[in-house]
Amino acid sequence: MSNLQTKNLTKTFNDVKAIDNITLEIQENKIYGLLGRNGAGKTTLLNLITSRLMPDSGDITLDNQRIFENQAFLSSIFYMSEGNLYPETLKLKDIIKWTARFYPHFDIDYAKSLAKEYSLDLNKKFKKLSTGYQSIFKAILALSSNARIMLFDEPVLGLDATHRDMLYGHILKSYTDDPKTIIISTHLIEEVHELLEEIVIIKSGELIYNGSSEDLMDSYTVVAGEDIKVDEYVKDKELVEASSAGRYKTAVIRLENTSLIAEKDRYKELEFSRPQLQKLFISLTR
Amino acid sequence: MLINFDNDRPIYVQLAEAIEDNILKEIYKEDEQIMSTTEISLNFKINPATAGKGINILVDEGILYKKRGLGMFVSKGAKETILQKRKNYFYQSYVLPLIQESKKLGITYTEIIKMIERTDKYE
Repeated sequence: MSNLQTKNLTKTFNDVKAIDNITLEIQENKIYGLLGRNGAGKTTLLNLITSRLMPDSGDITLDNQRIFENQAFLSSIFYMSEGNLYPETLKLKDIIKWTARFYPHFDIDYAKSLAKEYSLDLNKKFKKLSTGYQSIFKAILALSSNARIMLFDEPVLGLDATHRDMLYGHILKSYTDDPKTIIISTHLIEEVHELLEEIVIIKSGELIYNGSSEDLMDSYTVVAGEDIKVDEYVKDKELVEASSAGRYKTAVIRLENTSLIAEKDRYKELEFSRPQLQKLFISLTR
Repeated sequence: MLINFDNDRPIYVQLAEAIEDNILKEIYKEDEQIMSTTEISLNFKINPATAGKGINILVDEGILYKKRGLGMFVSKGAKETILQKRKNYFYQSYVLPLIQESKKLGITYTEIIKMIERTDKYE
């Protein structure tokens, strides 16, 4: 099965390791969430994958072949970056034509129909757009590219709730119509959570999780109750994080939550629950 | 079908329950087709793999069946299967804890029955 892989990828800026020895396998035709705090290295990782940056060391391969500056591969990956790389004085419709030249399966008609749905006038110039509409326009390009791999870096930046909902719908539609590999990097975890099948978490340039969303959520348990009792319960367990409000304590521990019946039965004075992705993310990356 | 996903349980479990609820209410009748995995995915904005997992639970339990090339259908006797499953669950999650708790508080069997009758009357 063809997939995207990074091997021992490292990138340093001014002695700071932005990406620290990341070995990662992105399976084909799945939707990934790339999660990390500000400065964790998400954008650097995406820039490396798309050859916008040179790694200090390590390899990136697609179908087991090196990706760096391989034009055939680069046109099978569309990268909607957070930064604005489009010539500001060009009209949107000209940017569409220009982009279509690099992506052999680009669908110009689809781009136009999406623009209509979002009430975006393609005769406008890119620099005249609000932040939200710049995001929408870049997402339209990505969705129309028909690339086998689509990378979205903060795709909903500046979008109102209605447009965010529409965009998540269009990403999902693109996926169900024609399965492809999608990576969404975002801070709005709760919003995208249900779209994701796989999750990659990076912290200070290091990979701390790569696996299915279900597995991640199943592997941790939230325990709450009186502080002494919680402390007693967690003392021989792998504690991720704990917080107290008065004598009421909440702890996140590494424990499968799929069969908690025995635990609930044994420790009646404690409450057990499945964590929320966003809260778990906060605990794991603090 | 309306689902308010909560965070306590996996999405696919909640989806399977919502479909069961609709079969219980006879919104989906025996041998009737239900939404496809893709339709569910787009409708509720959930990953198609998650939607598929929810559907597969119901197929494994004989509540839904697949017609090749056509889609998913409600099995004969699905409502009965779900009712039986829910009754077992009701016993495990409500009746057993009720009895355990009542013993702890020293509430007698007759008192429990009276409480139930009283509640029933007010409803």
